Parts: sequence; structure tokens; C-alpha cells
Amino acid sequence: MRKYDFPIFEHHPDLIYLDNAATTQKPKSVIDCLTQFYQNDYATIHRGVYQLSQAATQKVDDSRLATQRFVNAQHVEEIIFTRGTTEAINLVARSFAATQLKPGQTILVTELDHHANWVPWQQIAKEKGLGFEFIPINDRGEIDLEAAQKMIKERNVGLLALSHVSNALGTINPIEILIPMAKAVGAKVLIDGAQAASHVQIDVQALDCDFYCFSGHKCYGPTGIGVLYGKKALLKAMPPYQFGGDMVETVTQGYTTFAQLPEKFEAGTPPIAEIIALKPALEYLQGIGFLEIHRHEEALLIQATQALQAIPDLQIIGTAAQKAAVISFIMEGIHPHDIGTILDAENIAIRAGHHCAQPVMQHFQIPATARASFGVYNTSADVDRLVAAIEKVRTIFK
Amino acid sequence: MSHLDQLYQDVILDHNKNPRNFGRLSPCTHASHGKNPLCGDDYWVDLIITKDRIEDIRFEGSGCAISKASASLMSSTLKGKSVQEALTLKDHFITLVTQDQATDAKKALGRLAIFEGVKKFPARVKCAALIWRALEDALQSSEGQVTTE
Repeated sequence: MRKYDFPIFEHHPDLIYLDNAATTQKPKSVIDCLTQFYQNDYATIHRGVYQLSQAATQKVDDSRLATQRFVNAQHVEEIIFTRGTTEAINLVARSFAATQLKPGQTILVTELDHHANWVPWQQIAKEKGLGFEFIPINDRGEIDLEAAQKMIKERNVGLLALSHVSNALGTINPIEILIPMAKAVGAKVLIDGAQAASHVQIDVQALDCDFYCFSGHKCYGPTGIGVLYGKKALLKAMPPYQFGGDMVETVTQGYTTFAQLPEKFEAGTPPIAEIIALKPALEYLQGIGFLEIHRHEEALLIQATQALQAIPDLQIIGTAAQKAAVISFIMEGIHPHDIGTILDAENIAIRAGHHCAQPVMQHFQIPATARASFGVYNTSADVDRLVAAIEKVRTIFK
Repeated sequence: MSHLDQLYQDVILDHNKNPRNFGRLSPCTHASHGKNPLCGDDYWVDLIITKDRIEDIRFEGSGCAISKASASLMSSTLKGKSVQEALTLKDHFITLVTQDQATDAKKALGRLAIFEGVKKFPARVKCAALIWRALEDALQSSEGQVTTE
């Protein structure tokens, strides 16, 4: 029972937490790490004259090394800490797309993508006279690979930015096919891994993507910390994204020289505690192992999919062949918000809404879905409780 | 009655399933578009007001049971009321769903007081209030748009 690793379930023993695609609960090791750092070891970093600061700097360096191992990056300086996936994407939009792409080139996303991997590109495209288009999906919620091939060949694509796993539907995208497709025409590729990092083993060298980003809080770590992996040569050629302390070498009235990677992209005092506590989160995942995580979550996905499919007037939205443990569904004549409220009365936390993926909702011509998303601590009994509560929804709305 | 039963009472479920005065009014004298961008509740409210009196009112759109029943019950209550009476009812309704002491509001609202149960569900107050916010906007600006955010 992995629930024992998560103190929230001591405080809410009856809680069935199924909003893991939005954010995950925190294991004790992460909470203890944060507390211990603030209680015993707190100091700023890179101001190495006193021991506390040196120790804090060392911990941040250790966390960067742990992150490098987690995504299998070649160089540790390819790991940039950001506030989250959103900031990582904005960094690449501002510092790479806005400066390196040429008018006439297109930024390509997919119809599945989260607003965070949509709006930054759309806005930069408007500002810089770039094209902005999306690869369509089919009615199972899978990327249309033929359309992808055609668009990548014909649209003068400068950058393909796509999610590894869809937050709204759970689709695991075939990025191992799409990355080489885009690279064959000389495009760069950014992978939004926010939804993948807790479910799927990441290997940026095997993928050969140019950028990969994810958030700590969706993989059992703290909020306010995210990761941008970028290929060293690209990051070196990119101008800083924000300016301030810690990202400079020499500052005079007339000019400034900037720090090397990764500090060049980390202006100001970073979220030190959150960086440090990212390490136990990543180690928690690695401690279980992605094979076991997959086995566990796949079993829950199959059980929940079968049980929900058997409920009359319930329709699962997103039936891709490759899915992470995320189930979006709608019920005839019952709005997702009402489902969410009734489930909450049964202590079951799900998400109701458009999941920051309005283009996906537009594809299926629905305003919203209810979404149950599973994590390492969910159990078969949780699925049973979910199914029973959905029956209660049907009784109320009969 | 549990909090949930107070929220999803038969009258509310009935108005959700069979909304009254559903559809657009064209032409109309006053209109507004109310949206809750977080959950996607989205309604138009159209009115025909002659000599300060609501001659006709209709609404159209989509959303949860609470927002739709609220719009349906509001529309059936307001027909024939003066603009001032409608605005006063709006104030009472907002008080009912947000304040603990709402005895006067409850009395003034009559059967609309059925939405008192929403108070126990802070996340749903906006659903119940959305159509009233749109009404307020329509009465004040004759054509506009409001959101809950």
C-alpha cells in the first residue's frame, strides 16, 4: 500500500484522490526534505563564503545531477530549473523561437496540446510573423500521423512542440516517430512532458529531442519547480530569458556579460528548497521503477475502463491504443461539474472542466469532461469506489 | 436532508431537464452573455423590456444542472416584473447563496430560495449566480458580456 508513503492519506483516510493529472500528492520523503532544509540547513546558494550556503549550493547541484540522471541528459548543464513546465515553454518561445526562427517558418503543435503548449507559440508566432498550426487528432484522440507527415513536409516547420502524454485524454503520443519526422526536415522539437514524467521513463538522448520539459508537482515533487532540458549547443546559442542577479559575470554601466549554462537561464534567487526536494521525488519514482509503475497503473486503467464502459449513458472520451492512466468521460444529460460535486460528497476528488485543453474539447464538440487520473497510490478499491459513486450520480439524475 | 440532497432537489433537477423559456429572443431590447471560463458554463439572456417592465425573457446556452436550473427558474420568476424588482431579486439571490444570515432574502425570493443549498458548495456558487450576473449586465448595459472571473 503506497498510500502509507503519503501523509495526506493519514489526514484524510477516506480520500480517493483521482486528480493526479492536475497535481500529485507528496510522499513523506519530499515533505521531510522541505522541512529539514528550512529547519536545519536553510541558506541561499552561490554566495559561498559561509558553510551553510556552500552546503545549500551542494544540495542544489546534487538535485541537478539527479535530474540529469532522471532524463538521461548527456551534460548536467543541459538541466535548467524553471518555475514549471509553463515557464520552461515560455523560455523556449521567447529565447529560441523568437530569436532563431525566421518569418515564413511554422511552429507546429497538436490538437491535443495543453494551453501551456499552445498559447505561448501562438502569441510568439503573431508577434514574429511565424506560422502557427496544429496537427489534427482522430476520434480516438490519437495524433493523425499521415496529416503530421504531410504538414511537417509542406509547412516549412521550424519547431514542432508537442506533449508526450495528453493531460486531457491520457493519450501517449508516438514521439519516437514524430521526433525523427520533424528532424528530417531540419525542425527542432520540444516535448511537453508535464503529464509524462510520473508515468513514463524519459530518455532525452534516445529520443533525440531538442527540448524536454516537466513540472515537479505532477511527479510527486514540490510546486514552483520545473525542468527544462535543452541540447547544450542550442542553449548556448540562445539569449537569456530573464535578466538579474545570478545570471551574470560582469556588470558595468555600459555592458553585461552573462553567466555560463545553466545559470544563464536562472536569474534571481531560485526556489532553493523546491529544487532540493525535487530530488527525493524523482528518487521516489525511480525507487518504485517505471516498469512497476506501468504495471500498476495499467491494471487500474484497464479495470476502470472496463467498469466505466459498462455504465449506461457513459462515454469515455479518448480511447487511444496507447494511454496513460487518465480517463476522461461524459454522461448523457449530466454536466461534468455535477458529477464532480456528487463524487466529492463521496470523498472522491476528480477534475471537471476543459482541462486547459479547449481545442481538444472543440474537437469532440463538448464543453467539458469529467476526468479521473490515477497515480502510484491508487488501488483497485479506489476504482470500485469511483464506479459506485458514478452509479449514485445516475440515481440522483435518473 | 444531506447537503447533496439540498443541492439537487427535484425542482432543480426538473428545471435542468426541462428548462423553461429556453431559446433566444429576437428581436430583444436587452441582452447579455454570461460565461464561466473555468467550467465552460455559457448562457445568453435576452429580454424585451417595455416601459420599465420585463415583458419577455428567454435564455439559451449550456452548463451544469445548477446553472441551468437557476436560469430557468429566474426566467419564469421575472416575467412581468419591473426592472427595479428584478434587480432587487438579484441582490437577494446573491445574498442567499453567499451569506449565512439570509432570512429576508429567503422570504423575498419565494421558490427561488430553493438555491440556498448551494451555499454549502462554495465551488458551485458561481454556477447559480452566473445567470443573475448576466441579467444585471443586460439591464444595465443593454448588450454586453460578463464572466465569473
